Formats: sequence, C-alpha cells, structure tokens
Amino acid sequence: MERARPPSGNAIVALRGVGKTFGSGVVALDGFDLTVQPGEFVTLLGPSGCGKSTALRIVAGLTDATAGTVDWRQADAVAADRARHIGFVFQEPTLMPWATVAANVSLPLNLRGVDTVAAAPAVGAMLARVGLAEFANTYPRELSGGMKMRTSIARALVTEPKLLLMDEPFAALDEITRFKLNHDLLSLWRSLGKTVVFVTHSVFESVYLSSRIVVMTPRPGRVLTELAIDAPYPRDARFRTSADYAGYCRLVSDALADAVQAGEGR
Amino acid sequence: MSESRQPASNLLDRERTDRILRIVLPIAVLALGVVLWDLVVRLYSIPPFVLPGPGLVFATLFSDWAVLSDSLLVTLSTTLQGFLMALIGGVGLAVLFNQWRLLEYSLYPYAVILQVTPVVAIAPLLLIYLPQQAAVLACAWIVAFFPVLANTTLGLNSVDRNLTDLFRLYGASRTQVLWRLKLPAALPYILGGLKIAGGLSLIGAVVAEIAAGSAGAGSGLAYRIAESGYRLNIPRMFAALLLLSLAGVVIFFALSALSYLLLRKWHESAVARDR
Repeated sequence: MERARPPSGNAIVALRGVGKTFGSGVVALDGFDLTVQPGEFVTLLGPSGCGKSTALRIVAGLTDATAGTVDWRQADAVAADRARHIGFVFQEPTLMPWATVAANVSLPLNLRGVDTVAAAPAVGAMLARVGLAEFANTYPRELSGGMKMRTSIARALVTEPKLLLMDEPFAALDEITRFKLNHDLLSLWRSLGKTVVFVTHSVFESVYLSSRIVVMTPRPGRVLTELAIDAPYPRDARFRTSADYAGYCRLVSDALADAVQAGEGR
Repeated sequence: MSESRQPASNLLDRERTDRILRIVLPIAVLALGVVLWDLVVRLYSIPPFVLPGPGLVFATLFSDWAVLSDSLLVTLSTTLQGFLMALIGGVGLAVLFNQWRLLEYSLYPYAVILQVTPVVAIAPLLLIYLPQQAAVLACAWIVAFFPVLANTTLGLNSVDRNLTDLFRLYGASRTQVLWRLKLPAALPYILGGLKIAGGLSLIGAVVAEIAAGSAGAGSGLAYRIAESGYRLNIPRMFAALLLLSLAGVVIFFALSALSYLLLRKWHESAVARDR
C-alpha cells in the first residue's frame, strides 16, 4: 500500500479507493472513499456486512487495506504517532476485568510510559467528564452496561486524541441509556473539539448525532451516498421529536433501503 | 408482616440451613465411619496387625509422633519444592511457548509424552540415575508441571481479542502485552492449574518414595508406610496414611484460599453473588 500525498485541504485523513479482501476471499471493501475534516461528526451507516467496521479498523491501523491509499495529514503521518491521535471505542466496553475503572482509563497513558501517579490527574478529570468520578475504584463487573461504555469512552479520550473512532459503541445498550449516552457524547464532542468517526446501523442514532452520514452498500462495501445533516447543534431531546429530525430520518432510511437493495441486486 | 416478604426470609433460612448441612453432614459421616470401624474391630476381635481400631491409630499417631513428624516434614518439603518447580516450570514454559511458537512446536509433544507416561514407571529409572532426593523431586515435578503448563497455555490464548487490539493500537510492547494483558487474563487459569498441581506433586513425591522404599534410604511418609508394612506395624501405616491425607487436604485448602484472595475482586469464580 502506497502512502503518497497528504489529503487535500486540511482533512485529517483521507481514504482513496480502499479495498479489503480477507484471506477467506470475502471482499469487505472495494473502492471505498472517505475524507474526514477536522471537527466533523461523520457516521458510517449501512446494513451488517457492509464493511463499515473494517473501514474503521483500517483507519485505526488495526488492519491493513489490500488496495488503495490511506493518507494522513502531514503532522499525523508518522505511524508511531498514530496512537497519540486516535482513540478507539469498541462495540463491547472491552475493559480489563482485573483492573479498577481508574486503572482501565489510565492504561493508554501507562502504555506510553506515564506512571499511574503521573496519569492520575488526567484520569480523574476524564472520569469526572463522563460522570464516573465516584466509581474510580470500582471494578468493571460492578458497573451497568452504560457505565462500562462511559469508562471505555473515558479511556479513549484520556490521551486527548484528535480523532475518535467508535464502532457501534451503543448497540448493546437499552434505548434509555443509549439516548443518554448519545446526548453526553455530543456534548463531549462539542466541548472537547474532537473529530468523530462513528459506525452504526441505526438510522435514528446516526441522524441525531452526525454532521454527515455516509451510507454504505454491503458486499462489497462502498459508499452509496453522503448526506449532510444541517440541523444546528446543540441538539437535545426536542430535536428528536422535531419535524426536521423526522424528515432527515426518512431521507436516510430511503438511502439505507437503496443500499440494502443494491447489495441484494448484486 | 406482608406476605410478599415471606418467601425472601424462607430463602435466607434455607441458605443458612444449607450452609450448616454442608459442614455438619460430612462430619457426621466421618463420626459414623469411625464408630463403625471401632465396633467392627471390637465385635470381631480383629488383631491390630490385621486391622487396628481408630483408637490405636490415634494413639500411634501420638506415640510415634517423633518419627512421623520428621517423615511428614520430609514429604511436605519435597512436595512444596516439586510444586514450586512445577509453578515456575509450567508458567515459565507456557510463557516461552506463547512468545516463541517454534519452541512450542518443538517441545510441546514431549511435555505431553512426559505427562502420559505413568510416573510409577519412570520413578525406578530416575532412582538409578539420580540421587534419591533429586529423583523424588523430579517425580513430583513431572506429574505436577503439566496441568500448570496446559492451563497457563489455555489462559494465555484466551485473551479478549478486542483488548489485544487495544494494546496494539496504543503501541504496547511485547513485554507490556505479556505483563499487563496476557498474564492477568491467564491468572484464573493458572490458579486452576496450581490447584491440581498441589495434589499431584504430593502424589508424585509419594510414588517416588514408595519406589525408593525398597532401596531403603528414604525417610518420607510414604517410605514410612512401606517400611511399617514390612514390619507388620499396621497401626503406624494407618497413622502415616492419615497424615498424608491431611497434608493433601491442607494443600488443597491453602491453594483454594490463595485463588480466592487473588481473584475475589474481579473474577466470577470468587465473587459473592448479590441477591
């Protein structure tokens, strides 16, 4: 895979013509393009099997593309620095069960050579941000699903990454918790000035959160269409029940239906 | 009191009764067994060199305490050394295998062969080539190390894939992955292996002592049993056997306690359930 010119403008990362074929011969991505601008909240939306998680893992460097290029902004181009600039939230909370909440959040800093004492202020601040200050010394098994996910988000943010990648983080949560976390994620995003690439298969979640939605077709995954959600932030519960929201949801649902159809037609 | 509280308190009562029964019943069975044993010996006037009564066995335990306690110490120290070597050897080898796959491919089959060959058959050979104490120790190690190796290997390979990815994302070194991820994740498995290894190292020590017994230079409890057998000192055989069983039970409980202490904060096996 060649790493050539930096992406156009001041985009953080640009994927051009990215393809991924697994050893089993399954083509997960084919000719996938994505440019992420600073400050965006981009959502990859598509039916399962459309390669959206694979695209996210390629951006994170957890798996290599088998075709195309991934270009980073010059400043972030050094692979060794990548970890500094990326936070990743998995589908499951992915916490170490043997470590307390604080120790889990502290992990990325520890791995970088910052000892626990030196990391404590940053860890404490981030736990307070996600509303878990009182649970610093609790073990993950004692937490609810929503609190585990908050811990996971705090861990992803503790290194102050520019880019936050989230792979269907709220898919396993109940709707009430999910709404709450959607809301809290938006305020974190706004107050910390991060760039987020979010993966989901929920139309409603994608419209509520995103500034831009990339709708993907399955098998092989590629971009069907992109939709800008121009509704102003901050968005709150009122936005969820507004006519605007319903309109966007219809638009996105139609696009998603097209994507599913495109996948079946193939 | 409202009716809805009734079942809850019933449940608590039942739990408490259950816990008491778990302790009381085995003791009752033991008492019954001892009484029956005593009755049989008395009623049929069985001579002590055929079957000593429980009273005589206990008396022997005290009268021969000087000899027996020395032997107990010897066996316990062999067992402990064999166990520690199994711990170091088993965990160490599993970690090496995990880090260098070629080493695993080369050596794992021989670890299995060592395990499946009955130690009783190996012991006489070892006694030819090694000094007796070393041979006994080697036997204890051979039988005890494999469960530690197998369990640790399983544990090291059972790490959450996403956590592995997370460590990779943050550029963790191999050492960091080993110490901060793989070994903690493997800890419950390692402790499970150790629980088996504790009992097995005692068995290994006993087997080797018995095998060495005919050579006549031993001093462990198993040797004491063999020796007492030759001398038809059946009460002492029983007393030594009793001590061996007790040692096994103590080892088991000590390892269970260790496992509980290390895992009680986070592992499902050791955490009390809330109701």
